[in-house]
Amino acid sequence: MRKILAAETSGSGVRKRRTQRPVSEFLVFEDVSKHYGAVKAVDHVSLTVKQGEFFSLLGPSGCGKTTLLRILAGFEQPDTGRVLLGGEDVTDLPPYERKVNTIFQSYALFPHLSVWDNIAFGLKVAKRPKREIKDEVARMLTLIQMEDQAWKKPDQISGGQKQRVAIARALVNKPRVLLLDEPLAALDLKLRQRMLIELDLIHDEVGITFLYVTHDQGEAMSLSDRIAVMKLGKIEQLGTPAEIYEAPRSSFVAAFIGDTNFFDGTVAEPLEKNSVLDGFLSVAVDKDYSRLKIEDFPDLECFNDKQIKEGEHVFLSIRPEKLRISRERPEPGPHLNVIEGRVEDVIYLGSQTKYWVRTGDYRISVIRQHSRFLLDEKPIRWGERVWVSWHADDGFMLEKYSEQDENLIQLPPEEVGETTESNQILVRAPAAGAVPAGAAGR
Amino acid sequence: MKAERRRKLSEWLVTLPSFLWLLLLFLVPTALVFAIMFKPATPYGGIGEGWTLATLRTLGNPNYPAIVARTLWLSVAATALCILLATPMGYYMARVSPARRRLVLLLVILPFWTSFLVRIFAWKVLLHPEGMLKHGLVLLGLIAPETSLLYNAYAVLLVMVYTELPFAILPIYAASEKFDFRLIEAAKDLGATSFLAFRKIFLPGIRVGLLTAFLMVFIPSLGSYVIPDIVGGPTSEMIGNKIAQRTFVDRNLPHAAGLSALLTVAVLIPMVAITALRRKESPKDALREEGV
Repeated sequence: MRKILAAETSGSGVRKRRTQRPVSEFLVFEDVSKHYGAVKAVDHVSLTVKQGEFFSLLGPSGCGKTTLLRILAGFEQPDTGRVLLGGEDVTDLPPYERKVNTIFQSYALFPHLSVWDNIAFGLKVAKRPKREIKDEVARMLTLIQMEDQAWKKPDQISGGQKQRVAIARALVNKPRVLLLDEPLAALDLKLRQRMLIELDLIHDEVGITFLYVTHDQGEAMSLSDRIAVMKLGKIEQLGTPAEIYEAPRSSFVAAFIGDTNFFDGTVAEPLEKNSVLDGFLSVAVDKDYSRLKIEDFPDLECFNDKQIKEGEHVFLSIRPEKLRISRERPEPGPHLNVIEGRVEDVIYLGSQTKYWVRTGDYRISVIRQHSRFLLDEKPIRWGERVWVSWHADDGFMLEKYSEQDENLIQLPPEEVGETTESNQILVRAPAAGAVPAGAAGR
Repeated sequence: MKAERRRKLSEWLVTLPSFLWLLLLFLVPTALVFAIMFKPATPYGGIGEGWTLATLRTLGNPNYPAIVARTLWLSVAATALCILLATPMGYYMARVSPARRRLVLLLVILPFWTSFLVRIFAWKVLLHPEGMLKHGLVLLGLIAPETSLLYNAYAVLLVMVYTELPFAILPIYAASEKFDFRLIEAAKDLGATSFLAFRKIFLPGIRVGLLTAFLMVFIPSLGSYVIPDIVGGPTSEMIGNKIAQRTFVDRNLPHAAGLSALLTVAVLIPMVAITALRRKESPKDALREEGV
């Protein structure tokens, strides 16, 4: 990729955009809706994207993210609302009059044209001078490192190369927004990871606004400046990747992005200074924390930034990696919650192990990172009694809860696949002898 | 080596039936036609002994070039009109809902359920000087009462287009159905208007269908003789009519063979030329043309 950087800095025009002051309301969707028959694909969505931003629309299939992208591209007309690009209303413009370009999931390279002609298509249509077309296409070919493949037809190049040609074909027109419709979905894992890095570099280099549509939370998290998580045609939450992961507002966001545990309980009195809690729970010092009564559990502590009142029912989301698992009961500390349970399932994943711990009606999933050489330890096995603990700050109270979202939570293998096969894994996994030394990550 | 030989042998065995078929039913008859051309005719319609160039000399008859020219222009015009009508039709059929598509497809092949001759006679009734169409057009003032809709080259062209149209629609529809219409969106996204996307992306995308349609319409058109015989007049004779006349009326098989050979050569020359041009135009040359 070093080559790309060199090629780009020597190029003119594109780079200048970066030095422009970012316009905070560069791309605006204003109360946009789109129906297909009775189905609301997009339901009164309002959204603002900043100039130069890498913005992702993330959601499961049918959440309306692609429809929103197609509305911006001009392939769909919204039923209500309008789309503004750089202050100009583009709602009624046909696709060919919009300064946006799309990278399609299928790449949609023209099969009868060579790589060179594919990239030149937009410039030729715009009737740019021949000299300029030649220079621009050559520059793009350098950017995607395919100078020597210029005369191959799309069916003679690999998937990753097709992807790069699609990127070049769009970028050569210097669009104000580059639309990416699940551009990596058709690639295998290794290639996907490489293209992720390339996309990120290209975004840094050309500095134009990217609108990225994906159902893959990993892609969205690693690339985006901001993400809008969508569900059933509405934006469920909008924020930076960290905000969305760490502070999910709804059960859907919590469960769709990463994995999580849900608990439901009733808010009890806030913890005043010096109020001593019985047994193993700590001494509270701050009224930002509330006590939480959860069935089958000892009273827990929870950070209550939302000032939820006493007696109200709340749902709590705790990420598996925020939980600690241990054989011995941890020392009580400030704001530390501790519960006891029995290990019901274990999967060894190399860099980490995933446990499912049964306590009452709850099955809590816990991830343990292997920061030390595993073979020297005696790993926790299936059926052991363990203690699960977490800091009160790591539990997050949800504003919205839907029982359906529990289906998004990762289940133990035996409930997903074949019982016999996964049982074997479970028996084998915790046994230290079965772990190859190299994989243990010393 | 042994495996290689075996593979070769099985390849031969598989292609043998079609080779024999081609040889016995196409190549040998064509060769016979060319051979009969050089035989003398007998007064009772048979083929005489010995060899002669008499037939070849009659092909120089000044009537023939006009007939060959007319045959060519009628066939080219019919082919062009068919493809011009069939392309939007194929595009439409590939785009409509499957239910509607089935209906349209049925309508396209429906005429085949009626005899070819009956359909041409139906056109004769339609275009008849006392027919409804004529009266209607005269009433509307579009044509003069003395104009004849029948027995001219345009009537022949009209009925040829009517007859051949399904043979153009079907291959173009088949190609359009396989066409990835997301490419049209991609072209529009890159700034092409609908028309430009159609011309630059859709037409090259279905070029195999277009080529098939061309062959399916053009070649039968060249040999058509029933249509000009029924709806055409003396001024719209095609080479097919002459061949039929030599065979059935004059009972002069060598003459008929000579005209057939002429037609075959007329078809073969452009086809061989196209193939040769294609072979010459290797991908590398095409690239050099771009000037990079």
